[in-house]
Amino acid sequence: MTRDEAFTQFLLRMGDNTLILGHRVSEWCGHAPVLEEDIALANTALDLIGQTQMWLGLAAELQGEGKSADDLAFLRDAWDFRNVLLVEVPNHDFGRTLMRQFLFDAWHLIQLGRLVKSSDPRVAAIAEKASKEAAYHLERSADTVVSLGDGTEESHRRMQEALDYLWPYAGEMFQSDEVDAEMVKAGIAPDPAALREEYDALVSRVLDEATLTIPESRFAHKGGRTGAMHTEHLGHLLTQMQWLQRAYPGAKW
Amino acid sequence: MYAQMIKSEATQDDPEKLAAFQARIDAGEKIEPKDWMPEGYRKTLIRQIGQHAHSEIVGQLPEGNWITRAPTLERKAILLAKVQDEAGHGLYLYCAAETLGVTRDELTEMLLDGRMKYSSIFNYPTLNWADMGAVGWLVDGAAIMNQVPLQRTSFGPYSRAMIRICKEESFHQRQGYDVIRKMAEGTPEQKKMAQDALNRLWYPSLMMFGPSDKDSVHSAQSMAWKIKMNTNDELRQKFVDQTVPQAEYLGLTVPDPDLKWNEERGHYDYTDPDWSEFFDVIQGNGPCNTDRLAARNKAWDDGKWVRDGMLAHARKKAARKHAAE
Repeated sequence: MTRDEAFTQFLLRMGDNTLILGHRVSEWCGHAPVLEEDIALANTALDLIGQTQMWLGLAAELQGEGKSADDLAFLRDAWDFRNVLLVEVPNHDFGRTLMRQFLFDAWHLIQLGRLVKSSDPRVAAIAEKASKEAAYHLERSADTVVSLGDGTEESHRRMQEALDYLWPYAGEMFQSDEVDAEMVKAGIAPDPAALREEYDALVSRVLDEATLTIPESRFAHKGGRTGAMHTEHLGHLLTQMQWLQRAYPGAKW
Repeated sequence: MYAQMIKSEATQDDPEKLAAFQARIDAGEKIEPKDWMPEGYRKTLIRQIGQHAHSEIVGQLPEGNWITRAPTLERKAILLAKVQDEAGHGLYLYCAAETLGVTRDELTEMLLDGRMKYSSIFNYPTLNWADMGAVGWLVDGAAIMNQVPLQRTSFGPYSRAMIRICKEESFHQRQGYDVIRKMAEGTPEQKKMAQDALNRLWYPSLMMFGPSDKDSVHSAQSMAWKIKMNTNDELRQKFVDQTVPQAEYLGLTVPDPDLKWNEERGHYDYTDPDWSEFFDVIQGNGPCNTDRLAARNKAWDDGKWVRDGMLAHARKKAARKHAAE
């Protein structure tokens, strides 16, 4: 694998994470438990889609095939997506949505904090902008997880169920492979495995305050960031997201 | 124009106070929440601002319907930002209504059990992507017609909310026009989508201004109070006059064979919407009334545990703080 091939894979991983999560969060629009949450969810989705434009835009540029960020978002099939499985699982209830957001935001902010110092100035510039947004996302998702974890009996039960369901999807964010090794070598991005300790400390502190218990098993589902095996959910998501571009090829929107 | 058929409440206040109140309004003064006001003024405004707020909230649904299918990242971002703005409008309109002595939860419950209405337009479906253009162009366009004059309404908080809202609505209208222009200039299929959207949304947009003046019996008192600034027909005419040349520019056909410029009047002559359809929609029989209200009720019911959880946590936190002091 050449450095540029690895770099493209890395950018797809960043952009596909924000694309798929942004899409999932946008599904809430108009259906949130309270008006302020509707606004916050739309705002989060909007930030994530904006970050997607930057990451996939750079990936397309690097590929040098004359494609755009839109081509990558709307015209690839599931096997070409490089997002972690965590972001494709369905929203289910508000509790699972916010727990998923928290587990992602905690990783995202740590990762972006490292990328600010990337040897590639374009990556550093995107990370600089995105990390401000991610800091706000994390503050909000952590606060909500604490409120609902330490709220009523029902909200506690639902948040624990959400954590139990999602925890096996958290580990994939820290699994390193040859793409990451290339990125570390080039000074572009950190080794995912090296972020785990800081992540665990942050997540434990918040979940402890939320009176929630982290499952003991460290088992991790994987296959998203390498593209080896996505969940069944991704195909359905793409069917909806890509429909217009697929049905009317070549049209300008 | 998100408020329709707002019945002015009768007022049985002291005639002297009423006269002084009217004099303030006639002098162009703003009425603020702590000022004396007739009960009818207060009740009419609660109904009107509440209906406007509900329209912003229910109005998220027909556009939210296309967020997950937006054809490009930029279009998706624009649509998300727009729907987020609508929710924000709802929020500050509810705040304006709260200054009149009603809570947001009370207003929400009245929406959910059907005691309060929202604009008839949101009971129509959005069926193709060009609808996202037509909603911005026609629906926001019609809303602005009414909301621009309402910036001068007599009730201070409502007037200030309108000033903020109008800025964003004009932006939305331009974005909507941009979407439909792209479609009208696009492939034959896209042009078909644009024409289809105009065909379906033209008359429902005209209905947004409410019934014809000759059938609208509630205007006089509201106009004297400067809660309503123009008659329904005045605004509808203004909307038609503004919109027809835009449709012509786009190469789209307004679905009204009798539409023509009247040199003598200096306005377009147009066909009124089918008012029996309008009253059906108002009474709950529009294409989407049941689904829209069901979606809002589901969001509220499903969200109960979240609201309860947050409230319980806030109380625990306050109690812990209190105990520590």
